Order: sequence, then structure tokens, then C-alpha cells
Amino acid sequence: MTRRAALALALGCLLLGPAPADEIHASQRLSGYDMMGAEAQAMQRDDFANPAMLAVKEGEGLWNAVPGQGRPSCQSCHGNAAASMKGVAARYPAREASTGRVLDLPGQIQTCQSERQGIAPAARESAALLALEAFLAMQSRGAPLASPRARGLDDAVSRGEALYRQRFGQLDLSCAQCHSQNWGRSLGGTRIPQAHPTGYPLFRMEWQAIGSLQRRFRNCMTGIRAEPFPPGAAEWIDLEIYLKERAAGMAMDAPAVRP
Amino acid sequence: MATAMILLPRTVIRAGDVVMLKAMISHPMETGFRRTETGGEIPRNIIRQFSCRYMGELVFSCDFHPAIAANPFLSFPVIAARTGPLEFVWRGDNGFLHREQAMLQVAAS
Ligand code: HEC
Ligand code: HEC
Repeated sequence: MTRRAALALALGCLLLGPAPADEIHASQRLSGYDMMGAEAQAMQRDDFANPAMLAVKEGEGLWNAVPGQGRPSCQSCHGNAAASMKGVAARYPAREASTGRVLDLPGQIQTCQSERQGIAPAARESAALLALEAFLAMQSRGAPLASPRARGLDDAVSRGEALYRQRFGQLDLSCAQCHSQNWGRSLGGTRIPQAHPTGYPLFRMEWQAIGSLQRRFRNCMTGIRAEPFPPGAAEWIDLEIYLKERAAGMAMDAPAVRP
Repeated sequence: MATAMILLPRTVIRAGDVVMLKAMISHPMETGFRRTETGGEIPRNIIRQFSCRYMGELVFSCDFHPAIAANPFLSFPVIAARTGPLEFVWRGDNGFLHREQAMLQVAAS
């Protein structure tokens, strides 16, 4: 896009008032699943062909495992995950009742590991943390993403939206320019999705591995030659909260498959 | 630690039926051709061989090579004879060995 076109677009947005002109209407929202090819969709629908299910199985083992002598397992406090964790992943990131901190799902798992199990928390993007995340996300499959605004996270939604609209990197692009203004068009052979975080953690064929939402964010940041925030940074969590507000009500399809 | 999944048909199986077995295992299948950002070699780490035994008899085996995707997924047919154990074994670089067992239930006809 030329600078002039970008300026015209920016002015256009201003003239239209507070609601951004590029906001995707609820009836037009499409998940990454809706926008990918039939073969990738078939792979996601078949739990046996979806490699992310290996992580779910591993996560189930970790849920029940005693992490060390005299240390409680996740299961010993939370019981059967199918009941106690049903729908939980769909309302993360969330504010922790006791401390008021806002945690994303991996952050919550790490907190339970360090503060309640008394062990060293698994590192972000480690196989163990992804496995627990995948196992918990599985308990929310089909559940609608809850609105962070409705849970009092307005400030984080606003901060996240500002980041989403901020231009970054040598290519000087914002998330919104691709995911709100140019979704559906192709970028070097890939279709630009609307960036709804319904399926994380997920198996991405390009990675040949399961990865987190923050890994996906990092890929988009390096794609525009910007320096990504460090793992677990507050900016990533704000971005996740904004994207979840934007996707509120959409069904979770985690652990998903993406190209 | 590897995780594997075995899928047997969910339908009733009778003697003489050709049944498809599916097996998937988590593994990076590192080719040995890649390098780190600083140019160091990433050593090869792949599964070399898979085999399946049905009542002790070898019914399927194959060799793997570097150009195989991570988490290899196999699907192969066997002819059901009678109810008996299936054993699946994956072997690879660095002494990798993973074993899974399952029971093939064959209905009396
Ligand atoms: C230059 C265009 C571009 C920009 C700028 C960009 N992305 Fe992306 N993004 C993509 C493309 C293309 C994909 C899909 C890649 C694929 O499927 O291989 C994607 C995928 C995603 C997904 C995954 C959606 C799914 O269904 O799993 C999310 C989430 C996402 N981007 C968020 C962001 C955020 C947040 C930013 C800003 C920090 C951003 N993107 C900036 C092009 C972009
Ligand atoms: C010693 C008991 C204990 C153990 C062990 C424990 N947790 Fe927790 N967990 C808690 C408590 C208490 C809370 C509620 C925290 C709060 O909201 O202040 C919690 C909250 C959570 C939540 C958020 C639930 C919600 O409704 O928002 C998740 C997810 C979770 N734990 C996962 C895990 C996982 C995964 C493990 C194992 C790695 C684990 N926990 C181990 C006590 C435990």
C-alpha cells in the first residue's frame, strides 16, 4: 500500500467515528479452520490424524503425575479435569481472584506449578507446558470464547487494541492492516486469516510441531521484521485479550491444525 | 519421552476380515541436514524402523529415512484370524525404542 493510500485509509477511519471501519461484523467472522483448505480441515476433524492429540495424551499423563515425593498432582487438587476444567480455557486470560494478577492459561499453569506444587515451572513453549495447555484446551472444545470485557478486563482490551493497530517493524505494518483490512487475500501463497485465537495450542504444519498463541504472534512479528516481545510479556497477554474480545462467542476448536 | 496412539477399527471384526490399523508417535524426526542460527550442525534424530507383530508374527514393518514428517502416522492392513495381541515397536537414533500393545478382538462367526 502506498503512503497516500494508507493516509486516505486512516482519514477514512477517522471520519467514520469511534467504531473502526475495519471491524469485522459478527456474522462475517471466520475462524482459521473456516479459511483453510479441505485437507487441513479433514486432518483437524480426525482426532487420530491430528498430531496435537499426542500432546493432549501427554498432558493427561502430566495432570495425573505426582511431580516429586510428597508433592501434589494437578489431579489431587482439581479432580477429574473433564468436570473441573470444562470451559475454563475458553475464559482465559483471566484475573486471579486471590492476587488480582491477569494470567493467560500457560501463566496459570506455571503459577500452580510454582506456588501450589512447589516445583520449578515448565518453561513457555516447552513440551510439558504445551501438553498441559493442550489437555486443558481439549476440555473446552466447542465452548464459546468468553468476553474479557464482560469479566472486567476493559483496560487490557483497550491496551491490546492499541497494540493491534500500532505499526511495527521495518515493514511498518499493523496487525489490523493484515487481519482486519486484508483478510481473505493472499500473501505469498497463504490466505490471510482474521486472526481469531480459537484453536491454541495447535499443530502447525509449517512448524511440524505444536505451538502456542504467543509463538504464532512471534511469527507474525518477525514476518514484518519487528522485534517480538519476550515470551510471557504483558503485551502478548493484552493482545490475546483483545483478540478474544473480538472473537467472543466463537467456538473453540483447540487443539487445532493450521497450515 | 515419546507418546504414541494406536487406533483399531471400532466395528465388529470377524475372522478373514481385512482391517486397517493406525499408529502415530510423537517424534521430531530431525533430518540431520539442518543447521542452527550460528551454523552448528543439528544432529540427526529420526526413527529408523517400525514393526507390528500380531500373535508374535511379523505382519508389517518399514524403514524410515530423513525426509519423513515429524510425528509419523502409519496406516496399514492386516488380516484378522482370531483374538490376539498386537505389538507395535519403533526404533531409532540414539537408542530410541518405544513399544505399544493392543488386543485385536475377533468375534466368533
Ligand atoms: C503482513 C501481514 C500480517 C501481519 C502484519 C500480521 N499477520 Fe498474523 N497472520 C498473517 C498470515 C498470512 C497468517 C496465516 C499464516 C498461515 O496460515 O500460514 C497469520 C496468522 C495469524 C494468527 C493465527 C490465526 C489462526 O487461525 O490460528 C494470529 C492469531 C495472528 N496472525 C495474529 C497477528 C497479530 C496479533 C499481529 C500483530 C502483532 C499479526 N498477526 C500481524 C499475516 C499477518
Ligand atoms: C495444591 C493444590 C493445587 C495443585 C496441585 C494445582 N492447583 Fe491449579 N489451582 C489451585 C487453586 C487453589 C486455584 C484457584 C486460584 C485462584 O483463582 O486464586 C487453581 C486454579 C487453577 C486453574 C484456573 C481454574 C479457573 O477456574 O480459572 C487452572 C487452569 C489450574 N489451576 C491448573 C492446574 C494444573 C495444570 C496443575 C498441575 C500442573 C494444577 N493446577 C495444580 C490449586 C492447585
